[in-house]
Amino acid sequence: MSTVFEKPSFLTDTPFHYCPGCTHGIAHRLVAEALGEIGADGHCVGVAPVGCAVFAYNYFNCDMIEAAHGRAPAVATGIKLTNPDNIVFSYQGDGDLASIGMAEIVHAATRGVNITVIFINNAIYGMTGGQMAPTTLLGQRATTCPSGRSAEVNGYPIRMCEMLATLDGPSYIARCSLADVKNVRQAKKAVLKAFQNQKEGKGFSFVELLSTCPTNWHLSPVQALKYVKNQMTAQYPLGVFKEV
Amino acid sequence: MSKLTFNKELCKGCGLCVQACPKNVLAVSDKDSNGKGYYVVEAVNEKDCIVCAFCATMCPDCVITVEK
Repeated sequence: MSTVFEKPSFLTDTPFHYCPGCTHGIAHRLVAEALGEIGADGHCVGVAPVGCAVFAYNYFNCDMIEAAHGRAPAVATGIKLTNPDNIVFSYQGDGDLASIGMAEIVHAATRGVNITVIFINNAIYGMTGGQMAPTTLLGQRATTCPSGRSAEVNGYPIRMCEMLATLDGPSYIARCSLADVKNVRQAKKAVLKAFQNQKEGKGFSFVELLSTCPTNWHLSPVQALKYVKNQMTAQYPLGVFKEV
Repeated sequence: MSKLTFNKELCKGCGLCVQACPKNVLAVSDKDSNGKGYYVVEAVNEKDCIVCAFCATMCPDCVITVEK
């Protein structure tokens, strides 16, 4: 018998701590598959964020480092500058990257430093209990906007891809969704492209993955995927925003 | 001929594989549970499997190994 699908060797045997149906697990697998396919084994360093993915260092079969909240792109920049032959990536959520880490990601992008950033956008602060994030949709409920986010009180959600695509530094910026099989496969291609860019020395690559948080959205895992497909992709259109 | 193997202890019974399957091969069991207390997924109709691996693609916990 031939194997059609199995757990990638770039993931350790540690079980994921994520809630049932959380698409962080799918994103982890895509990153692990891409790292395996570009042959990063033995010369790869990942930077884990603060947020739900804080234990990412337990899951990837490569060297990992934990950065202070939001500072993963700055840490990754340092690693890349001192170890230019290594594949360096950061894996960050929306509370980490789009809120406290906004300065670090913008400056890493504008410097065009040759790293790969995987950005998980689930429109809420998952780990801390479902507070409003910079990416929370208008009308979406969170514990800090219980009647739904309003533009007058809370402002508008931030579109990171569009914003970073205005800079001259980045070489590849794409947004994909993890809502169904077709989109997961497209996301895989985008993640692979982002790592290949780094291997070829093209510069800063950024992939945003629209993700779910069934627990804090108060939806079932299957309903959460539908929410991504219908509501989130309306606010965050999919596509490639920059490719050099 | 397909062979689906489930790493039962990793399963959280979220059902993403069940809704991804185009042939209704999978179901979340109402009897079989794992050490974490989750009802786990099982193949109820494996003869209809077309080895598309959609289930494994959508599984967040790498529970399913697909062979043919």
